[in-house]
Amino acid sequence: MMSAFNQHLGVMKTALRRMFISPLAGFLNILVIGIALSLPAGMYVLLQNTQNLVAQLSGSPQISLFLTMETTADDVAQLRNQLARHKGIHGIEFISRTAALEQLGENSGLDDVIAGLEDNPLPDAYIVSPIATDAKSLEELRNKLQQLPGVELAQLDSAWAYKLEAILELARIAVLVLASLLSLGLIAITFNTIRLQILTQRDEIQIARLIGATDAFIRRPFMYFGALQGLFGGITAWLIIALSLQLLRLPLATLSQLYSSTFTLQALTLSDSLSLLLFSVYLGWLGAWLSVARHLSQTEPR
Amino acid sequence: MIAFNQVSKRYPGGYEALKQVSFELAKGEMAFLSGHSGAGKSTLLKLIAAIERPTSGSVLVNNQNVSVLKKGALPYLRRNLGLIFQDHKLLFDRTVFDNVLLPLQICGFDHRESGKRVRAALDKVGLLNREKSNPIALSGGEQQRLCIARAIVNRPSILLADEPTGNLDAEYAQEIMAIFNSFHQVGVTLLISTHDADMLRNSHVRVIALKHGEIQHPASHHEPVTPTGTGQA
Repeated sequence: MMSAFNQHLGVMKTALRRMFISPLAGFLNILVIGIALSLPAGMYVLLQNTQNLVAQLSGSPQISLFLTMETTADDVAQLRNQLARHKGIHGIEFISRTAALEQLGENSGLDDVIAGLEDNPLPDAYIVSPIATDAKSLEELRNKLQQLPGVELAQLDSAWAYKLEAILELARIAVLVLASLLSLGLIAITFNTIRLQILTQRDEIQIARLIGATDAFIRRPFMYFGALQGLFGGITAWLIIALSLQLLRLPLATLSQLYSSTFTLQALTLSDSLSLLLFSVYLGWLGAWLSVARHLSQTEPR
Repeated sequence: MIAFNQVSKRYPGGYEALKQVSFELAKGEMAFLSGHSGAGKSTLLKLIAAIERPTSGSVLVNNQNVSVLKKGALPYLRRNLGLIFQDHKLLFDRTVFDNVLLPLQICGFDHRESGKRVRAALDKVGLLNREKSNPIALSGGEQQRLCIARAIVNRPSILLADEPTGNLDAEYAQEIMAIFNSFHQVGVTLLISTHDADMLRNSHVRVIALKHGEIQHPASHHEPVTPTGTGQA
């Protein structure tokens, strides 16, 4: 058992030594893999963050019902009954036109301007809290409420957030496509590196075969090579992402302060980081495996 | 130990390297395989190590028909054979010591045990003081002895040598032959191919003579030797 462990350790050392026989080429390979991985992984992180931001900003959706200017107190009361009976609504709040004007004055600091107005230009309004949270049912509810008598305009407050979410969904698919393509690229890089390795080790492979090496023995250093190269590429990608996020953090903090938001950039979580590393190791291993399967049969001893 | 039964080998393209070759080599026996280049000596040795497969007939090694051996079983056959190549097939990216270590690494030997074995093998061929050198720094004779050390480090029961003295002058060739004789004395089966007339003449070892891929009858087995060769003693 100990001997087998030592043997694998030895093979790993051999693979490492071969990787940095020409250090520049070895580092460049790892850098290429790192950059290829950091692109989709970095976009994934940004996407995740944007999603958090959207969730934070949109909160629970509300529909504002602006009533026509001609509505009387009776109309308002009738509308309240209708809304209260509606199954898709769990809360309503009435804001009278006078209250709305006062609020506007307070929030905007336009007291003087408002005081100078002859007429209150604001309508009465209901703020409706729907039970549904998905974009489609909210849109349906809004359409229904728009039909109610006395309603001038029904406005879905967080409509922009739902649109953004739809866009994010698109972006997520784009990231997935990018990730798949770059993964293929990574496999191709490893495939080619291992092919060159096999060509330079051709003599050793042939001699090893002649003196009784099994295919597994011959394959092993190349598999380690691929997996290690993947691992280093993954670590590089992780560092690139961590560094980029660090660079973004400060300007973003300033920005969110200006918007009086408490939004902070989330880095890669532990499980995300581990997935990234495991995935890159797997891709490197797979590339090596494909290459070895393809090229080793061409080095049969003659 | 080694038995050829009606073995023919035809290479792609139609060239027939061996024709209906039959012979037996007993356990612990030592024999020369003689013949001009192109007579089929290398092909015959390759058939024993299953580097080539016969077109017809069977090759038995330790009662195992190696001509039908599955690819996965080949490494284990070869671990029982010590192969010595005319072109040495040494690795110049590592030391003399590591070259001899390779067969033991392949078999998964324990680190300490294999160190002892490597030194024992190097000692036997007189290269113990060169263990840290690169093989490129060795003379032709030393490289051949290194190749022998690598072949015996596994303690195989059969040694196959293809023209081991082919490129060496007489003195080196004698050294090598002395080493082979010492293996023969401890019971190793040896089959040594050569076209070296002196070597055949000066020893009393059995000779299997090949000519154009066929085994010559004992009466003519000195054929590759110069006409006056038999008189020497």
